[in-house]
Amino acid sequence: MIRDITIGQYYPANSVIHRLDPRLKLVGTFLFIISLFTFNTFYGYIAVTLFLVSVIKVSKVPFRFIARGLKAVVVILLFTVTFNLFLTPGDPIFKLGFLKITREGLRFAAFMGIRLMFLILGSSLMTFTTTPNQLTDGLEKLLWPLRHIKVPVHEIAMMMSIALRFIPILLEETDKIMKAQMARGADFESGGILKRAKSLIPLLVPLFVSAFRRANDLAMAMEARCYRGGEGRTKMKPLRYHGRDYVAYLILLLYIAILITVRILEGLL
Amino acid sequence: MQIIFDKINYVYSSGTAFERHAIKDINLTIHKGEFVGLIGHTGSGKSTLIQHMNGLIKATSGHIYFNGLDIYDQDYKLRELRSKVGLVFQYPEHQLFETSVFKDVNYGPKNLGLDKLEAEVRTYEALKMVGIGEELWDASPFELSGGQKRRVAIAGILAMKPEVLILDEPTAGLDPRGRDDILEQISVLHKESGMTIILVTHSMEDVANYVDRILVMNQGSLVMDEPTKTVFSRYKELEQMHLAAPQVTYIMNALKQEGFHVATDITTVNEAKLEILKELKK
Repeated sequence: MIRDITIGQYYPANSVIHRLDPRLKLVGTFLFIISLFTFNTFYGYIAVTLFLVSVIKVSKVPFRFIARGLKAVVVILLFTVTFNLFLTPGDPIFKLGFLKITREGLRFAAFMGIRLMFLILGSSLMTFTTTPNQLTDGLEKLLWPLRHIKVPVHEIAMMMSIALRFIPILLEETDKIMKAQMARGADFESGGILKRAKSLIPLLVPLFVSAFRRANDLAMAMEARCYRGGEGRTKMKPLRYHGRDYVAYLILLLYIAILITVRILEGLL
Repeated sequence: MQIIFDKINYVYSSGTAFERHAIKDINLTIHKGEFVGLIGHTGSGKSTLIQHMNGLIKATSGHIYFNGLDIYDQDYKLRELRSKVGLVFQYPEHQLFETSVFKDVNYGPKNLGLDKLEAEVRTYEALKMVGIGEELWDASPFELSGGQKRRVAIAGILAMKPEVLILDEPTAGLDPRGRDDILEQISVLHKESGMTIILVTHSMEDVANYVDRILVMNQGSLVMDEPTKTVFSRYKELEQMHLAAPQVTYIMNALKQEGFHVATDITTVNEAKLEILKELKK
């Protein structure tokens, strides 16, 4: 039951996108998000949509799998769209009591909805095609220059990768403890809010205990292997750019160039 | 016939890249009062199979009957089934949560909706059964030793007075002494109360010493379902499934090859001792 949560999950497939350097994917996602917010015109969004659709196609991750991530934010999405729709001042085209929809509001709501959706799709595509380890490796390398201003880059990356690694473990553990308590007659579904909250105690106490136990074991195991922070550590699989990564960077540049051209052309019209 | 599996299939995460056919076409009958062993390599589907028995996992296809009733029927009460089929998970001590040993064991019977006195009597009996002395009843379960914690967790299931008791690797991670203690108590329980017991284990010695019948799982299928001795006489096939016969069976086979006239269908150390003595006295 709990296995079906997909946010932040890796989807194994054999595609070019999967093989790309994680640094590139991080930079690419970042640029994509910026482009979403700066080129918000009709033709601009056509270009953005084409780009996103083709990247998803190339990644070989089934669309309905990525779309599942949208379910989690559907409430926020509806909220934003509704507010923009009704509360933007301007030229009214529909009126019902104190509610009115304006031309500007309609346009704003549509763009906002698309923007948020693309934001989720784009960033979940990154986590679907990159293993958590690669992701933190990429982040560490990208942020590496910041160590000069005393940012503990390695420690942050290590904490992130451990946290990510623990998510599936804790989910599995929750599933197991839930089943074990259900076998003892626990009931997590019925009753009022107070009763339900109380019924979670037999689940949460063992979960916390086991999280601490695991953290303790891990710290012990790391110390036993003489871990003492990032100083002088080398990687088993150091990140190196390949030909395809340079091609991908070129494509990214091209994408930005196209958007800028579209913007300029629209300005001229 | 207490539990019947009729063509049970189970598929994990169906329709995604992680799809896995964990259980394939299992037909199985467990009789009342049996002591059955379930063995298989890691990932062979043992744990998934037993979770079907008390309805924690619903089969993708097939039917399960408990005491003659289909447990997938609309109006079948799964919670009642769970009180009759007690399932002790692997490392059950990880599910302890209460502030005292007594309260923790009391959790199960309380959930059954019994009155306070009846629930406490059952708790009392269960703790006695697993040999946890009264001096520990008010202690926090987190203060106990590993073996004691496990016995408390098993008591938590026994206090619900199940008709069938399923134990998933009850001896994993215990020292030999703790292992023998727990298995001995289970065996006594079986003899005294006539409870049906299903023991899932990695240890061939454990099953050889206690069970009458062995089920062997391999890659999601039930490949053998026979009396203990028959299963272990087929140890060549077991080895192909990364399993083995008890070590003592191998010794007897080796002795036979060296020209001693001993039986090779020996599965416990005690039997082996008697057999070797018999041969030496000739």
